[in-house]
Amino acid sequence: MTGINTSPHTGDPLLDFDVAKVKEDFPILNQTVNGHPLVYLDNAATSQKPRSVIDALVGYYSADNSNVHRGVHTLSQRATDHYEEARTKVRRFINADDDREIIYVRGTTEGINLVAQTFGRENIHEGDEIIISAMEHHSNIVPWQMLCQERGAILKVAPIDDSGELLLDEYEALITSRTRLVSMVHVSNALGSIIPAKRAVEIAHAHGVPVLLDGAQAVAHAKVDVQDLDCDFYVFSGHKLYGPTGIGILYGKADLLEAMPPYQGGGEMIRSVTFEKTLYNVLPHKFEAGTPNIAGSIGLGAAVDYVEALGIERIGAYESGLLEYGTELLSRISSLKIIGTAKEKSGILSFVMDGIHPHDIGTILDAEGIAIRTGHHCAQPLMDRFGVPATARASLAFYNTKEDLDALAQAIDRVIEVFS
Amino acid sequence: MAGLNDLYQEILLEHNSKPHNFRSMKDATQSAEGFNPLCGDMITVFLHVADGVIADVSFQGSGCAISRASASMMTQSVKGKSTREAEETFEAFRLMMTDLDAELDYVTLGDLESLSGVVEFPTRIKCAVLAWHTLRAAMDGQDAAVTTE
Repeated sequence: MTGINTSPHTGDPLLDFDVAKVKEDFPILNQTVNGHPLVYLDNAATSQKPRSVIDALVGYYSADNSNVHRGVHTLSQRATDHYEEARTKVRRFINADDDREIIYVRGTTEGINLVAQTFGRENIHEGDEIIISAMEHHSNIVPWQMLCQERGAILKVAPIDDSGELLLDEYEALITSRTRLVSMVHVSNALGSIIPAKRAVEIAHAHGVPVLLDGAQAVAHAKVDVQDLDCDFYVFSGHKLYGPTGIGILYGKADLLEAMPPYQGGGEMIRSVTFEKTLYNVLPHKFEAGTPNIAGSIGLGAAVDYVEALGIERIGAYESGLLEYGTELLSRISSLKIIGTAKEKSGILSFVMDGIHPHDIGTILDAEGIAIRTGHHCAQPLMDRFGVPATARASLAFYNTKEDLDALAQAIDRVIEVFS
Repeated sequence: MAGLNDLYQEILLEHNSKPHNFRSMKDATQSAEGFNPLCGDMITVFLHVADGVIADVSFQGSGCAISRASASMMTQSVKGKSTREAEETFEAFRLMMTDLDAELDYVTLGDLESLSGVVEFPTRIKCAVLAWHTLRAAMDGQDAAVTTE
């Protein structure tokens, strides 16, 4: 595995990480866009894939492709083994207790919808309450709104302060005897705020309320230990973790998953079927109807291997160093304002500029080969909270460099020049 | 890729910083809202139509430089025209936005031609046509907000 710097540690995470070597693992980064070397700063939308993940996908389709848990033939056994090995890798990665608690889904969105449609429909009734935060992605708002509408339940929103930090006291004050679930983002995709997740779970549990954490922006950047967090559900997407699209994970505590009805009906999720009665399969298969995304799961397993070889703590330390550097650079631009300044922050630089719309920033940066996201980041209520229609967002990964951020700052100067 | 200077022409930047007819209209005979769900751009177009002629047109909303400048130029272009002529102008504009090789009707387009650089930036075409779709909805008396999707 590349990227491990064997020279003595300097104490500076930016120097102790051989990013040039790491970049070589990502073929897509080696290209020019609009005549400039690609600077990819849209990692919160999706991350790039290391060669080992691409090779795992190609290897699966080239050598092992077959349906899982079905055939008695060799290929089917190999495919099943790899598919289940990947589940074990994910289980270890987030330190879940049991492989049965790791459900393959399409992504974070499907994971949340699964919980809403099963746990939610079973446990949430008229007058009950669900609590989310003010900085949720639409995928952690809309499934609950749909459920609340269906059930006559109430959606409550825990507020944040102007820096983008969750207000814990106000959050606790929202919890009542009718609260049935807290569903909250672990790391905000639009602001980068890291919520005090363990504390938020403790507070909910003190009132007997289970907690779902949306970890889409968390797992790739910091160690997530679901047993330490003690959350009841944890969801994330593979493609933001350097894995393929179309695969994600729902972690749930086994006793909760056991008690939940199935999500979709079909093959794989059954033990036996007659026209009169169907017995459901055991965990995790109860929630995995139909032929799953086998290649995606195997690719996700390879992504977990890659991240673990680099070391998630080292990744986090390196990215924190980059964030600090980037924050300092952008703070020097007087007409630019960073949105989201929480003390605990992941590598996201969301910003607005005086009199210049984020879309125009995005187009001008693209002309310089720099990829960022512009828009509302699927978090319109949060944009309203900050009184902006949209922001420009640069989001970091461990293959980014200080030079990438220098290029960003220079391109922002170009934006100012075009609009002057 | 076309240069940024083709996109952000001086005239576009002027319309962006000082948009024409950027106001609401108390005596509007019709109006419509348009939005681009992709980016959150929102616009309301107000019309005062008398005897089939657009006596007054204005807009409000928030959006990028391209959508704002396009809306500003649109109001200048269609004011005083019949609704039929406004439709024809929209067609000429749309052709410019969708067909690189189209023969442009420079007479009908006037200042709008300065937006021709947008065609080279496919992700931004929706920004340029949002105001026009909204104008058409207002002329048609549509109730539902139009979207670029």
